[in-house]
Amino acid sequence: MMDAVAVAGDVLVAAVGIAAPLALAATGETIAERSGVVNLGVEGAMLFGALGGAIGATVAGPAAGLGVGILAGVLVAALFAAVAIGAGADQIITGTAVTLASVGLTGTIYRQFYGPAGVGLSLPTLPPVPVPWLSDIPLVGRAFFGQPVTSYLAIGLLPLTWCWLFRTRFGLAIRAAGEEPTAARAAGVPVRRTRAVAVLAGGAFAGLAGATLVLAQVGTFTERMTAGRGFIAIAIVVLGRWNPVGAGLAALLFGLATAVQFALQAAGLDVPYQVFLMFPYLLTLLALAGAVGRVKAPGALGKNED
Amino acid sequence: MRDSLRALGTGAAALGAGLLILAGGLHLAGYDAGGALAALWDGAFGSWRVFTGATLLRSVPLILIGLGFALALRGGALNIGAEGQFYAGAIAATWVGVQAGAWPAWVALPAVALAGVAAGALWMLLPVILRLRFGVLEVISTLLLNFVAEALVSYMVQGPMQEPSGIYPQSAPIAAAGRLPFLPGTRLHTGFVVALAVAGVLAFVFARTWWGFRLRALGEGPIAAQISGRVPAARMVALALLGSGALAGLAGAFEVSGVSYALYQNLSPGYGFTAIGVALLARLRPSAIVLTGIVFGALEAGAGAMQRDAGIPAVAVYVVEGAVILVLLLGDAFARRGLRRRAAAVDGSP
Repeated sequence: MMDAVAVAGDVLVAAVGIAAPLALAATGETIAERSGVVNLGVEGAMLFGALGGAIGATVAGPAAGLGVGILAGVLVAALFAAVAIGAGADQIITGTAVTLASVGLTGTIYRQFYGPAGVGLSLPTLPPVPVPWLSDIPLVGRAFFGQPVTSYLAIGLLPLTWCWLFRTRFGLAIRAAGEEPTAARAAGVPVRRTRAVAVLAGGAFAGLAGATLVLAQVGTFTERMTAGRGFIAIAIVVLGRWNPVGAGLAALLFGLATAVQFALQAAGLDVPYQVFLMFPYLLTLLALAGAVGRVKAPGALGKNED
Repeated sequence: MRDSLRALGTGAAALGAGLLILAGGLHLAGYDAGGALAALWDGAFGSWRVFTGATLLRSVPLILIGLGFALALRGGALNIGAEGQFYAGAIAATWVGVQAGAWPAWVALPAVALAGVAAGALWMLLPVILRLRFGVLEVISTLLLNFVAEALVSYMVQGPMQEPSGIYPQSAPIAAAGRLPFLPGTRLHTGFVVALAVAGVLAFVFARTWWGFRLRALGEGPIAAQISGRVPAARMVALALLGSGALAGLAGAFEVSGVSYALYQNLSPGYGFTAIGVALLARLRPSAIVLTGIVFGALEAGAGAMQRDAGIPAVAVYVVEGAVILVLLLGDAFARRGLRRRAAAVDGSP
């Protein structure tokens, strides 16, 4: 019995750790999509955030790594914004191209900075910072109060972003640009500029997500290391119903599915663990079809303003 | 004719810009850019053997998936789930191919290919239903199904389809009868000819048939096309999307029956996304997709040589692919803006 609790506790710790970068990226993408922009470049921004995190940490320590990661994410988002919002190109195709270019650039820069691949790069990682008392709660204590600082950031930014989007003037402008851009413009909202700010904010989140992946989870950088996590973040936005708090919960679900799958593999149990990998995506599809509650995308999502 | 020449010109310019960006970046990073490009060229066009056995071989999935992407986008739908449909096709084709030991080749080969086509279309069925019944953007649903397909491959090669000894995460080999023969004197499988034929058929459909014309009308102005009442929009888009999935599935079938002879994880190095660049660079024209598919196939083929001979990571070619698409998008945007300005001048309004 004690054993089961200990195992469940370990799985939860892993789940929250895996969920943290996903939640960060999804929070950022939620901001962008609320403004009417689907940014598939989030995968590229995350990858650059990971590389920035690695380089920053190598030069000046993990905290600097987080900063450099954020900056790198913003730069990638700026490229996306220039083409998709500035020039008015198709968002989906622009995002795909930005991600492709990011895969190539990060791979090349990494090789340039650290020498030929094959040399395993080992970076100092952020240690867990247990919150006194709270981290001693059985089962969930370590999972939510014994995490590295980036997990706390990921959790704390959820309600903050919610307040920004739903309780401030600028948040209202973002949502107006995403629902009814024509009406928003008539009401004096500079739609393009608002969308650009939302996309750049999303890039900062994606960059932080990438840096978190490197500095709190993996401890190294490898080519293509985000492995589709940016695209997963887009699924999380949908499952979280374009709401940051919902995105946090959805990210936790994805993290839990991955952690359970790892635990099953490690235990050597003969169950098709891939079912757990598929489950969150199938759930997201069901959510889209309206089978598990109503989900509605922002009205002008993916459409450029003329 | 003039349009085609202009398209060829902008395509070449975009490709040149992409290569220039790569060379410039490599030079700035302190690499030998000339040596890198030379290695890239040698790895793609250096000999008849590498041209057919590497460049053209890699162009097959890119052409097929690119054609499918163009088919859907002509109807205004974006299929970014070709990776998933590719894997669905590869799974089904392997399933059939492994059992084909006692079949004659003229039964086994079509059966393997058709299994891929059917599975690719089937994988697209859910996004089509979601779009038509619930208005779900196919961009999101097809993207999500990529992950499901990857997990399914992982399950298959470690579960029901694992090779008999149960050691390696891969399927049993496809029977000899189910393997695509090579073109004479090459290591290029006959799927290449099929890809050319598909391009020919689609070129005919787009340019010469009422269906192709209406599909385009639908993609360019869905509302106008629906109001005019002549275009059964839902059915046409559904058909275009299913065709798109079928072609990606066929690409998956050819990859297992012509190249790998077994199902693996990570069988595709991202063909589904690279093919988007192939289709866009070709302006969605089937005959041009053959050309751009070969160009991108050359990039993928040369990438390995570049890494081996010049010490530059193979992924660097993705910079070219991404840059080509971005340059094209920017060029289009400026052309549109110029057009609007000219229209405004004609109107006499500012």
